[in-house]
Amino acid sequence: MSVRCIDPKVIENTVMDLCIEANTVLRPDILKGIEDLYQSEKDNTPAKGMLKILLENAEIAQRDKLAICQDTGMVAVFIDIGNDAVIQVRGGSLVEAVNKGVERSYREGYFRKSVVGDPILRDNTGTNAPAVIHIGVIDGDGIRISVMPKGFGSENKSRMAMLDPTAGTQKIVDFCVETVRIAGPDACPPYVLGVGLGGTMEECAFLAKMALLRPINEPNSKPHLAELERSIKEKTEALGIGIMGLGGNSTVLGVNVEEYPTHIAGLPVAVNLSCHAMRSATAVV
Amino acid sequence: MSQMKRIQTPLTEDNIANLKAGDEVLLSGVILTARDQAHLRMCGLIDQGEELPVDLNGQVVYYCGPAPSKDEPIGSCGPTTSGRMDRFTPPLLAKGMKGMIGKGRRSGELKGIIKKEKAVYFVAPAGAGAYLSKKVKASEVLAFEDLGPEAIRKLTVKDFPLIVAIDMEGRYIYEKM
Repeated sequence: MSVRCIDPKVIENTVMDLCIEANTVLRPDILKGIEDLYQSEKDNTPAKGMLKILLENAEIAQRDKLAICQDTGMVAVFIDIGNDAVIQVRGGSLVEAVNKGVERSYREGYFRKSVVGDPILRDNTGTNAPAVIHIGVIDGDGIRISVMPKGFGSENKSRMAMLDPTAGTQKIVDFCVETVRIAGPDACPPYVLGVGLGGTMEECAFLAKMALLRPINEPNSKPHLAELERSIKEKTEALGIGIMGLGGNSTVLGVNVEEYPTHIAGLPVAVNLSCHAMRSATAVV
Repeated sequence: MSQMKRIQTPLTEDNIANLKAGDEVLLSGVILTARDQAHLRMCGLIDQGEELPVDLNGQVVYYCGPAPSKDEPIGSCGPTTSGRMDRFTPPLLAKGMKGMIGKGRRSGELKGIIKKEKAVYFVAPAGAGAYLSKKVKASEVLAFEDLGPEAIRKLTVKDFPLIVAIDMEGRYIYEKM
């Protein structure tokens, strides 16, 4: 078995580059989604005007290396280590490398420092670190690193529930619709919904966040879940909130569902809401 | 659609009387940024009968915690969710604040107070912080520097695009939500 040793600097530099990219270059599937909504929105309406501003904003952000949104969020970092790689982070710690990468990107990118060291004491860490770090395992011998700067306007409107095991898909759809209805215009529609199903409580929430990493034009590979995604999208769009709550077609950009086996007594469901500035970036080292 | 109205700060009853909920306006002049922590502090000072570090008369408060910038006056600077400031707003209105800029809904109770105090609530394009940063010509910290992004900043803006969300008559674009 070959042992692949990785320098912590590689992790740090990759995280740094990904954070800058995620915050300044709108993810291609999201940009396309907004363009499509702009095309289909009614002419000469404030809603159409707002969508135009979002497109201009993406252009300006990329051109001038500015943050797409001033809320450059708290960063969720996903490190997936290949089964065929044994990682030996020589003379350093994986967690430290990730946090240093985040810190450098927020300093050099002139991004806002939005992280407090304690939820009660609320002292700003001044660095936007620490990140929330999820470490997992994948096939192959690479290390996949994804970063998601998650803004908290939408994070604050995320919800979860422990449904009955006999609840059925309609109750899942209803829960998603209710989540968007409660958010209304406040969390910057058009929204992306990351929906987690199953697992245990914390796994379900994690699935919801992971769902946001998948491009919105890629349905779940399981037909019954792809159907659920379509159904949730249709029913949440029907709320008609629209961009800035101005009505119109632009309430939902996409819905992704991720699932995991679960207990016979439960059906956990989580909705991690994202605004239209759905930001993430991935690299494999 | 309605014509874009141009308005200038400071706001007075006269220059906001003609604004109707849904109107698209371009605002120029001075706006003050303040969000959660600055509001909490200001209301604490008011409770203790102390002076505020800024004079709010005729002022427009912008719920915003901006990104820093290298060469430009300011980095990305879009609005944050106004609803979190609802409970801090009545005392500031009583001190003469005339306009607020944010995003999203306000409470029904606050809508009534905004009408009573003859003020106006605007929403700014949400999630377009890079675009909005180009409308800011100057920025300086006025108070609460220790709050970092949540400090009170004086922004000089030109043609800042807004939509009137609650007007002086209490008309509200999110009435049905």
